[in-house]
Amino acid sequence: MATGTEPDTSAAGDRSARGVHHATRAAIPARHLRRDRWWLQPAATAAGLLAFIVYSTWRAFAGSDYYAAPYVSPFYSPCLAENCADMPGGADWEIVGSWWALSPALLVLIFPLGFRLTCYYYRKAYYRGFWASPPACAVPEPHAKYSGESRFPLVLQNIHRYFFYFAVLVAGVLTYDAALGFRDENGAWGHMGLGTLVMLANIALIWAYTLSCHSCRHIVGGRLRTFSKHPVRYRMWTWVSVLNARHMQLAWASLVSVAVADLYVYLVASGAFDDPRFF
Amino acid sequence: MSYQARFKVWRGDADGGGLVDYEVTVNEGEVVLDIIHRLQATAAPDMAVRWNCKAGKCGSCSAEINGRPRLMCMTRMSVFDPAETITVTPMRAFPVVRDLVTDVSYNYAKAREVPSFVPPAHLKPGEYRMHQEDVGRVQEFRKCIECFLCQDTCHVVRDHEENKTAFAGPRFLMRVAELDMHPLDAAAEEGLDRRRGAREDHGLGYCNITKCCSEVCPEHIKITDNALIPLKERVVDRSYDPLVWLGNKIRRRGAEHAP
Amino acid sequence: MTRVDRQAWDVVVVGAGGAGLRAAIEAREQGLRCAVICKSLFGKAHTVMAEGGIAASMGNVNSNDDWQVHFRDTMRGGKFLNNWRMAELHAQEAPDRVWELETWGAVFDRTPDGRISQRNFGGHEYPRLAHVGDRTGLELIRTLQQKIVSLQQEDEREYGDYEARLKVFQECTVTRVLKAPSKSGSAAGGRVSGVFGYERESGRFFVLEAPSVVLATGGIGKSFKVTSNSWEYTGDGHALALLAGARLINMEFVQFHPTGMVWPPSVKGILVTESVRGDGGVLRNSDGKRFMFDYVPDVFKEKYAESEAEGDRWYTDPDHNRRPPELLPRDEVARAINAEVKAGRGSPHGGVFLDVSTRMSAEAIQRKLPSMHHQFKELADVDITAEPMEVGPTCHYVMGGVEVDPDTAAAVGVPGLFAAGEVAGGMHGSNRLGGNSLSDLLVFGRRAGLHAARYAAAFATGAAPAVAEADIELAEAEALRPFGAEAAGNASGGVAENPYTLHQELQQAMGDLVGIIRRASEMEEALHRLAGLRARARRAGVEGHRQFNPGWHLALDLRNMLLVSECVARAALEREESRGGHTRDDHPGMDRRWRRVNLVCRLADESAEPAAADSVLGLIRLERLETPPIRGDLLELFEKEELRKYLTDEELTS
Repeated sequence: MATGTEPDTSAAGDRSARGVHHATRAAIPARHLRRDRWWLQPAATAAGLLAFIVYSTWRAFAGSDYYAAPYVSPFYSPCLAENCADMPGGADWEIVGSWWALSPALLVLIFPLGFRLTCYYYRKAYYRGFWASPPACAVPEPHAKYSGESRFPLVLQNIHRYFFYFAVLVAGVLTYDAALGFRDENGAWGHMGLGTLVMLANIALIWAYTLSCHSCRHIVGGRLRTFSKHPVRYRMWTWVSVLNARHMQLAWASLVSVAVADLYVYLVASGAFDDPRFF
Repeated sequence: MSYQARFKVWRGDADGGGLVDYEVTVNEGEVVLDIIHRLQATAAPDMAVRWNCKAGKCGSCSAEINGRPRLMCMTRMSVFDPAETITVTPMRAFPVVRDLVTDVSYNYAKAREVPSFVPPAHLKPGEYRMHQEDVGRVQEFRKCIECFLCQDTCHVVRDHEENKTAFAGPRFLMRVAELDMHPLDAAAEEGLDRRRGAREDHGLGYCNITKCCSEVCPEHIKITDNALIPLKERVVDRSYDPLVWLGNKIRRRGAEHAP
Repeated sequence: MTRVDRQAWDVVVVGAGGAGLRAAIEAREQGLRCAVICKSLFGKAHTVMAEGGIAASMGNVNSNDDWQVHFRDTMRGGKFLNNWRMAELHAQEAPDRVWELETWGAVFDRTPDGRISQRNFGGHEYPRLAHVGDRTGLELIRTLQQKIVSLQQEDEREYGDYEARLKVFQECTVTRVLKAPSKSGSAAGGRVSGVFGYERESGRFFVLEAPSVVLATGGIGKSFKVTSNSWEYTGDGHALALLAGARLINMEFVQFHPTGMVWPPSVKGILVTESVRGDGGVLRNSDGKRFMFDYVPDVFKEKYAESEAEGDRWYTDPDHNRRPPELLPRDEVARAINAEVKAGRGSPHGGVFLDVSTRMSAEAIQRKLPSMHHQFKELADVDITAEPMEVGPTCHYVMGGVEVDPDTAAAVGVPGLFAAGEVAGGMHGSNRLGGNSLSDLLVFGRRAGLHAARYAAAFATGAAPAVAEADIELAEAEALRPFGAEAAGNASGGVAENPYTLHQELQQAMGDLVGIIRRASEMEEALHRLAGLRARARRAGVEGHRQFNPGWHLALDLRNMLLVSECVARAALEREESRGGHTRDDHPGMDRRWRRVNLVCRLADESAEPAAADSVLGLIRLERLETPPIRGDLLELFEKEELRKYLTDEELTS
């Protein structure tokens, strides 16, 4: 006798039909019945990410116009190759020898790129926007098989935490870069220009995004079972939780700010624009 | 105040069916469930629908309204344009029984697969001490009214029937998270590893955190941010962290070599 | 005749709310095989609607609390009509029942030192309600549900079958409790042998044979127009008990919760938790006046604040101030609101204003009353952190129910039948205190399960009372009658009646004529209308087939609603005084002599064939039963002065 607590597997019909058209489900020809503009969000996400990819690829491979004293593009910091531009007092540590002939940005960009690629927000964004898995809620995805993040390669998303550690280091360097922005082009301290503000805004957003990361939230306190025994970590966890609720907004804001900061340096370095100095 | 609305309601059963057109009076302040009830009382007395509390507390009247998983009792008619035709169908991730009623037994089967709370052996009833900050996370998850809208909308099972065996769905992964965060759960003392269970038995890896569960939750539980992702991070602690792996390895070797 | 599926169990529990699940857990833990039958899905029972909390004198917040104080409050709330033994057991055992929930995984709100937090509530002297925000009922149901799953997991490990010893038959309705004929041959004295019911999904009939049946079906609210109760509350257990030969007591006492939503119309009646007042909400009329100060009855004068200032101080300093009159027992507040609205001082939609926004910060409201905030925001578009709510009385709870033995929860007169929770009568007297319902479910649910198990265990294998084939056929014919109604109607010259229409007319009649304020003439009219509805209900017909057919389900539920409605109307007409949940316009005072009387309803014609369309006679017979004298040591918990208000002089001297 049916009790409703055991799945009924007796229904006849075409069991090969997929998803919402599976034989046991309500017979509705339409794949979905949403009438709002559900496609807008994934389309906008995809467009935004694509624009950044195009821009950053160009800039990362360019290997030029990334330093205009005292500003360095966030794409090129820290600069780890021998072919780096000379940055007085800056983070141009020539760890990699002269054999590296490509743009020095490629050496360091792996870390922020990996951080963002494995970020829980960006994952959602590109799974939806690029892979349509799913394109929107209650809109079927086009794929026949799905194993999510349970198998290679997507199981590698679990290394997000290690990228977070590296991202903290990179953010540290960028903080240093932003501080160097209080020099003038000759290295004298106590000056400030529009570029300094751009750098400061960028680093603030980078930190906010980095610290709002889900892995960070877990590490500072989320992994604990009893908060009451760790009052300091609990306090930190509540702060990170507040930031974490804005993780998506911070992800976009910091993405834009990185591009803007780079573009600003490019414009100044290529001579298209003069950095207005305040003092 | 009142107007005639056009509705399309799915009528049928496991053998087939389709959307049926209805014209029905709508009064000020009503919700979709009121309209379904009016149809029952007038045009279609045998229209099958589950409902109970009418206040969004029991989670019985789950359906899909204009293609979106929703509680019928919490969907006010005032959000629709009076000229719009409103489509109501049963949840499309579960086998249909009749009209708006679906067979939700998948959820009850999954509920049974989650090992229950393990009471700590050293505490008698009345001796439990927990602080409010320690139970806050657990309480958020226990707000769940089991409407199963998150299970319905989750593409892992909605779009892939075959994943139902391996994947417990957001509601029951959240249950695992709830127990793993319970300050007094003694599963570990019993040799039960909830994190390993989340990955191996309940299919946490299938979740690609696209957040539809959180979007449809009528209780506004942040399922993805507060349950699923923290659970993934806990699984990382358990299964994917090379430092932890190394530590365990060394400790085990140490134990083997101990006299 | 179709073959009916039959299964044998030790204990069958009808209803899967707090009482039913607690009974099932207990029966299973006694080592017996237990089946639970419920009309909704498992975990959806009406208990989820309980908001405020579970009353238990744990003394976590105020250590002066103990079971004696709780007992005293319960008796006062019920105006001393309570079965004192039930009130005593309830007060004594409630803390253990709450603590036990924690070991099953319940997560209550906490005090600063980590114990279960307790909140103030109407009629309770100390903060006493264990709670989880304002969704305590949900926590209770979920905890019991998860405990059942945990027991099923144990059975799976032991027998390879989750449902070996504990099984939930969800979305099934019981239409008859079956009995084996007594030795003398008549069904009258017979023992319970099982239940007959149908699966709502498929319409198939089934019989569960069991020597013990526990009724835990909840209340009767769906017989009233404005109610906080869900569709399930059709008085099934009350009617099943009557039909099985049991008796109902105190049916005239129906609690109207003072604060239900009054707008929008579709949610009229849905509850606004008493915690709103417990946490500082105030009631005002359209003049902006806190009118409750004008409605404190003499028996409560010393216990409640005389000025707004004193009432306000009480929230922070309860030891030196008296509580505000918004926290009077529910019957008093409901009557006061009713009077204000009648006097033309109501809100635009016919209620009064309940305001928390002036007293609590928006943040505190969202933390302490999250589901109320959510409910008003989503359903009424009212932001309770900034505006007042509009509220009015709504039918909430029936104090009356099956007459049971206080210690064993066994129904008087029917061996093998047990009742617990709202369907059982006596515990709450003439009026239930908020928070005493959830504790009642746990205390007496456990007792019912325990004693049902013991009773069933006493039968040797194969010696359990047998189900008679003829009874199954009768039950089947009764259940199928709505499908043949059209033909039967034509033959007798009538037309088939729409069950929805009949239901609406019943609700209207009960709401208008046997509602919060009652008059003899109106109740006579109600009985007259009920007789007419009963005759028409015989012709209630439905279309379609048996698979998930709500029209058919309602047609079957009508029998139960009509029976319990008649009990309410008949008992209310008989009791010529006002007490608790029974207010007579024509007999406004409380009469000490009536305290000694319980009104008992039983079915007139034991074959239950509804022959009597006569409104004067009807189907229900009333008897007066003298209440048992309260034990001396319990009486000593009260001041002599106070007892004088309730007890007659001869009771006081003896």
